[in-house]
Amino acid sequence: FRDKQTGRKFCSVWPSNSEGAGKVSLLKKVPALKDGDFTLAECTAILLYLSRKYNTPDHWYPSDIQKRAQVDEYLSWHHANIRANAPKTMWIKVLIPLFTGQPLPSEKLQEVMEGLSTSLKQFEERFLQDKAFIIGSEISLADLVAIVELMQPVGVGCDIFEDRPRLMEWRRRVEDAVGKELFFQAHEMILSVKELSNIQIDPQLKEQLAPVLMKMLK
Amino acid sequence: MFLGPSNSEGAGKVSLLKKVPALKDGDFTLAECTAILLYLSRKYNTPDHWYPSDIQKRAQVDEYLSWHHANIRANAPKTMWIKVLIPLFTGQPLPSEKLQEVMEGLSTSLKQFEERFLQDKAFIIGSEISLADLVAIVELMQPVGVGCDIFEDRPRLMEWRRRVEDAVGKELFFQAHEMILSVKELSNIQIDPQLKEQLAPVLMKMLK
Repeated sequence: FRDKQTGRKFCSVWPSNSEGAGKVSLLKKVPALKDGDFTLAECTAILLYLSRKYNTPDHWYPSDIQKRAQVDEYLSWHHANIRANAPKTMWIKVLIPLFTGQPLPSEKLQEVMEGLSTSLKQFEERFLQDKAFIIGSEISLADLVAIVELMQPVGVGCDIFEDRPRLMEWRRRVEDAVGKELFFQAHEMILSVKELSNIQIDPQLKEQLAPVLMKMLK
Repeated sequence: MFLGPSNSEGAGKVSLLKKVPALKDGDFTLAECTAILLYLSRKYNTPDHWYPSDIQKRAQVDEYLSWHHANIRANAPKTMWIKVLIPLFTGQPLPSEKLQEVMEGLSTSLKQFEERFLQDKAFIIGSEISLADLVAIVELMQPVGVGCDIFEDRPRLMEWRRRVEDAVGKELFFQAHEMILSVKELSNIQIDPQLKEQLAPVLMKMLK
């Protein structure tokens, strides 16, 4: 269906992007879209572009200007909060140790989890509240953008839904709205990211990247 | 359309500490600068160039707005906190290595801003000003307001700023930035000692 088709494009925000020839690099982890000569980065911009180009069902980005504003409000807050914190769990637990050969810095993970907790609290109290989805009774781009970041800690063993029943219920509703099969397909790489720990990295590459990655830890 | 703590739309609810612009339109309230600007552009059917109907140009505005949050918006306002607001509330002198760190982060963002977004164009998405330029300029005026003139040794940025001032109208531009440009005067105000005590730990945490 059109919305499931859209869902496929939206949820593939990890390196592989099904739209045209996505240009991505694992290290930058920038989803990118190529549509003929037109290239576009930034997940939010890509989702909005696709929703307009393919005239997706209204609920994704409602035409009602107040509901639309609520999606925009979430998307804006998201960048400095969820998106700033959730992916760090993956860097700290898997990617940095992989490239630097150094063990997990536990106080760093602690710090990151605290930051993430603060964001999750705001997410629940300010945005989700007692609604089914972020802007009300129907799923929108806001929910998609949120869920893909929040699955990253899950992928590295920090299950942030475990002791947050309201969030867990919301996640279930998002899975159902997108379709379980598509949802897990979209998150396949994230959920198996720990397998990356077993791959061999070229020592020269490690040497080049280690200082960059250590700087990220600050 | 102008920005900053005072918002001409209805009764703007802002608090100096949070510095969250907010819009109130009847019963409808909205926060987040980007969301507010988009809402206003739709409600008042503003000229197309602000948020072009062409989906590729519009996507380029969205792309900038998205990148902006994690980069310019993450770095530029810190200069104001480090140089004026935190010393004001904690009574502690300027931590110079912190400012250094912030300026380095801001430099990195500015380099990307010039090379990836602005390039040799008049404005971020091309020959006409858009919401992207507005959102960028208001954050970049903050370091200027506290004496870190990031335009000084960046001629391309300086030219862009002049074009934005002209497009918005010089009078309106400076009116919008009045508070930011006189923020140093805040250093002279007296803060209630009890309030200082309450806020100091929160602000010190921000410095980390």
